[in-house]
Amino acid sequence: MILQGIAFYVFAALLVASGVMVISARNPVHSVLFLILAFFQAAGLCLLMGAEFIAMILVIVYVGAVAVLFLFVVMMLDINFRELRKGAMEALPLGALVGLILLAELAAVLGGWIVAPNVAAIAGAPTPAIDQVSNTQALGRLMYTQYVYLFQASGIVLLIAMIGAIVLTLRHRPGVRKQNIGAQISRRREEVVAIRKVTTGEGV
Amino acid sequence: MEIGLGHYLTVSAIVFTLGVLGIFLNRKNVIIILMSIEMMLLAVNLNLVAFSTFLHDLVGQIFAMIILTVAAAEAAIGLAILVVYFRNRGSIRVEDINMMKG
Repeated sequence: MILQGIAFYVFAALLVASGVMVISARNPVHSVLFLILAFFQAAGLCLLMGAEFIAMILVIVYVGAVAVLFLFVVMMLDINFRELRKGAMEALPLGALVGLILLAELAAVLGGWIVAPNVAAIAGAPTPAIDQVSNTQALGRLMYTQYVYLFQASGIVLLIAMIGAIVLTLRHRPGVRKQNIGAQISRRREEVVAIRKVTTGEGV
Repeated sequence: MEIGLGHYLTVSAIVFTLGVLGIFLNRKNVIIILMSIEMMLLAVNLNLVAFSTFLHDLVGQIFAMIILTVAAAEAAIGLAILVVYFRNRGSIRVEDINMMKG
């Protein structure tokens, strides 16, 4: 139990610290790297809570796909980031005020909130005992039966996002030579080959 | 030192607030704004997973996965728009994004 407490505080402190660094780092590449660190800490917290599958998905999807995508874009675009940071401090008081209000509201919700007494009875899908069904297996059983439409809908969301990203970033550059297979195979011998009689010593 | 639901909810509240603060601090830089949004979504995910595990209800983890899907789709589309915008204008300043103004 003491080990769990230590692990929680380490993960939580690192998560908050790397979150601060994400929004305050001068170099956006550092921001992305701290974002990756934050995702790892969040995965650790999920692991600590007992949601192993979500933890692994966090690492795979967030770190492996989203953060690397950010890294690609940040490194690919040639942007003067120093200029973009100008005037950041002017917004600090307002931002801090809004942040404090939000945090106070969240704290008020957390302080005044209690679990309903009949929460176990109204659970949508009670978690099976961990010694019988693992977390991944239980999630799979639920996701492919009761929530199969939601699963399919999220697949459609991903498909549309993929199509949208491709359509947005695809561009047709003028002047690029491409192979035209139709024109290639529709050539006839008569159109392109001419037989000439060449007399000796004169050339064509 | 019992780690309960409140501890996890506090952490996710702090991370969410940091995301909001990041949007205010980096108003000119779309990339950092997108990263802040990702951080807010991460906080929401942590919230859902915390409730799911402490109330012994698996539906929260299903929802967390759906949010993960939407976050990935949002990042892909957002960054694609960013790349196209940078290609057209040569900058990603938020103040320059007023071409659609009537």
